[in-house]
Amino acid sequence: MDFAFSDVQRQLQREVRGFLAANYPLDRDWDGPQNDRWDELAELGWLGGAELSFVEEAILFEETGYALYPGPFLATVGFALPALGPDEREAAAAGEVRWSAEVKGLVPWLGSVDMVVDSDGNAQLARGEELPTVDPTRPLGRLERSNGTPLPGARDVPRARTAMAAEAVGVAQRALELGIEYAKTREQFGKKIGVYQAVSHQLANTYTDVELARSLVYWAAWCVAEGDEQAAVAAAAAKAFAAEAAVAACERSIQVHGGIGFTWEHALHRFYKRALWLEGVGSRPPELRAEVADALLGTAVAV
Amino acid sequence: MDLRDTAEEAAFRTELRAWLDANLPEEKRGWRGGGQRFEDDFGRTWSRRLHDAGYAGLTWPKEYGGAGAPYSFQAIFYEELARAQAPGHVGVIGLGMAGPTIIAHGTDEQKRSHLARILSAEEIWCQGFSEPDAGSDLAAARTRAERRGDVYVINGQKVWSSFAHIADFCILVTLSDPDAPRYKGLTYLIVDMHSSGVEVRPLRQITGEAEFNEIFFTDVEVPVSNRIGEEGEGWQVAMTTLLHERATLGFALTATLDVGVGRLLETARRHANGDVGVRERVAAEWIELQALRYTNYRSLGTYTRTGIPGPEGSAIKLRWSEQNQRLTKLGRELLGPEGILDDGWWHYQQLRSRGNTIEAGSSEILRNIVAERVLGLPRSR
Repeated sequence: MDFAFSDVQRQLQREVRGFLAANYPLDRDWDGPQNDRWDELAELGWLGGAELSFVEEAILFEETGYALYPGPFLATVGFALPALGPDEREAAAAGEVRWSAEVKGLVPWLGSVDMVVDSDGNAQLARGEELPTVDPTRPLGRLERSNGTPLPGARDVPRARTAMAAEAVGVAQRALELGIEYAKTREQFGKKIGVYQAVSHQLANTYTDVELARSLVYWAAWCVAEGDEQAAVAAAAAKAFAAEAAVAACERSIQVHGGIGFTWEHALHRFYKRALWLEGVGSRPPELRAEVADALLGTAVAV
Repeated sequence: MDLRDTAEEAAFRTELRAWLDANLPEEKRGWRGGGQRFEDDFGRTWSRRLHDAGYAGLTWPKEYGGAGAPYSFQAIFYEELARAQAPGHVGVIGLGMAGPTIIAHGTDEQKRSHLARILSAEEIWCQGFSEPDAGSDLAAARTRAERRGDVYVINGQKVWSSFAHIADFCILVTLSDPDAPRYKGLTYLIVDMHSSGVEVRPLRQITGEAEFNEIFFTDVEVPVSNRIGEEGEGWQVAMTTLLHERATLGFALTATLDVGVGRLLETARRHANGDVGVRERVAAEWIELQALRYTNYRSLGTYTRTGIPGPEGSAIKLRWSEQNQRLTKLGRELLGPEGILDDGWWHYQQLRSRGNTIEAGSSEILRNIVAERVLGLPRSR
């Protein structure tokens, strides 16, 4: 029983954090065009080239959430990769072809990827109408279907859910840190506002949420990586818990920030919107808990 | 990262499971905890049996009679107790608090006198920390220890002391120098509960049972050789006690939840299997249990690497207590009108759970600790 990252995994965590912090700072031009640095991701091996385990990929997703990375990394690596054959994987790893996948009838980043894994597991050209969402970096599209080409691999729902849950943990962690920073510096009535328990206890609540969510995500990631029989239920649990934790973390952080937290100028609303996107895409927390209940109690019997 | 048992852990688990199956009397399964521990001498007998089989003091060093096993074995021990719905060792304070404190700061004589007898449950211990006017604020302790030659003379009152009515010894935090600055005037003593001048009055709780007590000390003489650490260094010694309480507490707490969630699933299958809303709430409790379980494992990873419980640990007791209140309330609710006429399990657990957010660090204090020591926010007092 060893539930700790290896030194190599901790090193990877530092590298990803450093790369994303340098390229996606909080004071970036949020409303301008976003550079997803796809070629650099390919060079770093994160698009499949480095053959990372899913535990390591979960580390990447936590960090893309923490930095609010704008590109379709979640779609390509989190959603599409398991369905692809060796040639498609090679092209994806080289950064030549971006992939997404149909999730409950909608395709994230439809307008900015090249190919899509449809709900039947076929490859489709990425064509169709794109709809803006609450998170401007993450539109959803309606795929214009053709016959498509069958793909050799299978969709991996637990993997996709765990990837979203890992992003949610990163978002929640960042919202928490922003709240802490503000509570340590902002003064009212001659005191730092973090002195007041009405403020500090909200942040303590977020902390416990984030830690519990992180534990579920690492558990689910390990189950997915090892093909453990609990992967499905662990991933459903992780996504349900982490998505709600991220939304609550952002809401509490906005409240702790007061007026400035409600402005367009402050970055917090970007995190909040990413959290809402993660909660809303695919199965939502109540549906996920219903799945967990089915696994625990058997299918519901009408009374 | 590997969440599977190692070969040694798997062997230990298999052996322990078989041992519990062979040794636990059938009528003692379905342990409800609380005051049930004190109804007969089964607590001591069972503890003795655990000890004879080598399951007491799993993580204690071998030189003091422990098994010298890694903390993961202690975790497995709690998991298997929960699985069998078996009671644990009755020497909770001795094994988790007094023993480790004596190992860290005690004299050779104290180690010889007490450690083996704590393991075998020949000595039951209680904790004399809280006072009527010093609950969360331990440094405000007023129970006086006056030095007279080779003894300290103790006068004062302690409260909320579990096991005191059956205890043989007490770890007592006293005020030895009222003029010293805060944190510097405290002295940590071992008190024989059978001494003249010690009076224990059980406190009847919300459940009707008495698990904890008031202790009154009137001119109680305690040999100076019973002091742990130096005079005036009681605060530092007490912090060791509390650190050890936190190191393994999470697994013990999760074990009780494990039993509770298992019962909740049974109750839900019988009473509410078609109610979508109820099914979702039951699933949420199971999810939270897994979150706490794996947070324990992460915290254990930190502890194994650094020797200090990780900051994740402070979240565990807080969330555990709130979850136990929520799930016991749900369990009773599922029974419908029977909930107030039931066999007592959910009814009892719901009432008992109200203490969970108060005992061993109230939720308000734990949130302060998280805010100040983990998040680095300014002190609120």
